[in-house]
Amino acid sequence: MELLGLYNYWVFAVLLMIGFYAVVAKRNLVKKLIGLSLFQSAVFLLYITMGKVEGGTAPIFPEAGAAVFSNPLPQVLILTAIVVGISTTALGLGIVVRVKEEYGSIEEHEIQEIDER
Amino acid sequence: MIVIFGIFLLTLLVITAVAIVRTDNLFVAVMLMGIASLLIAANFFLLDAADVALTEAAVGAGISTVLFLGALALTSERERAKSSNRLLSFIVVAAAALILIYATFDKPRFGDPEAPVQTHVAPWYLEKTPEYIDIPNVVTAVLGSFRGYDTLGEVFVVFTAGIGVLFLLSGGKATGAVPEDKINEGLRHHLIPRVVGRVLIPFILLFGLYVQFHGEYGPGGGFQAGAIIAAAIILFALLEGEKRALSVLPERVLLGLMACGPLLYGAVGLAGILLGGNFLDYSVLSSDPVKGQQLGILLIEAGVGITVTGVLLAIFHAFAARGR
Repeated sequence: MELLGLYNYWVFAVLLMIGFYAVVAKRNLVKKLIGLSLFQSAVFLLYITMGKVEGGTAPIFPEAGAAVFSNPLPQVLILTAIVVGISTTALGLGIVVRVKEEYGSIEEHEIQEIDER
Repeated sequence: MIVIFGIFLLTLLVITAVAIVRTDNLFVAVMLMGIASLLIAANFFLLDAADVALTEAAVGAGISTVLFLGALALTSERERAKSSNRLLSFIVVAAAALILIYATFDKPRFGDPEAPVQTHVAPWYLEKTPEYIDIPNVVTAVLGSFRGYDTLGEVFVVFTAGIGVLFLLSGGKATGAVPEDKINEGLRHHLIPRVVGRVLIPFILLFGLYVQFHGEYGPGGGFQAGAIIAAAIILFALLEGEKRALSVLPERVLLGLMACGPLLYGAVGLAGILLGGNFLDYSVLSSDPVKGQQLGILLIEAGVGITVTGVLLAIFHAFAARGR
């Protein structure tokens, strides 16, 4: 049971590396961006997990009575990071679309071949 | 019980992630990304992060999927090449994962109230929010007031990304990958999506406005509301065709909205200086400092919501227009 308390962090590590694998090993540019999104989600999971307090609740004061609250700070960081993340992913996709238009391909090695010609 | 449910969700998440990387059909990968986002949003909810769960569900499962599909329509749906250096990459990645897992053994256990992260500045925010700002949602208080500078920066990042996409995709010639009538028709001839959409869209918009203006009292705020309202209008564009969506909200209006948000946010900050306080100090906006703080948060959240809606819709239309 003691070790189960680390399960979230293990999932973080595995998810981070699955995303990273897609970024380094896959040749398709869209697949790389999908990998980057997974990588990003893993970081979100790490932050939110650290903010959790045993027996706590969301940091919103109830009408009456006291409660134990989870840490609001990681939540603020990640809340904004998610929206910034989608904006940067959209920018990446925009670049991929332009690459497809110029090179006729979104496979990394084919683009490199065209560049070397 | 909740712990077991969390472990179940996370295990499903890892399985989904493996499937995303293994499939060579990008359409399948994007759909699985939507599922992964929903799983992670559910898990955020279990971890007491209601605001974050709402954002992840709206952005990750909704808008991100639509943008990826838009990009796939302009590129290709299949990965053609095999991975490069699979074995080497796998060894590097597996080694890094093992090191990370080894490092977790030094971390405080899940939910430990004595962990350093819980005992440093977090109690200060929880203690002072009722005194300085007096709104129930501490996340909104920190986002809007205590860390208002950071949020202003984030709004500008979103704004800049929107401008970047418009620069990339509005110049030059379009591909013509998608036939014109298909874009204009949308799903108008499909009865069931159309009827369901018509019923749902007003309620999604209403929910977006509720999330926007109830953000001080419950989970919500400008980032989530912007994503939800944008999702409702994107749904409208998918069902009724892009042309009709553009006649409701023309591109000029979207550009205006994009610029309006950061301007409103900045103006609230400058108003603080003009009234004798610091930049983004809302206490001087009203004779009662606490009322001033609440007014300031309401205004900057509106600015955030306007920017996010404008940017996401402008990005969506930029992708859609490229196919013509």
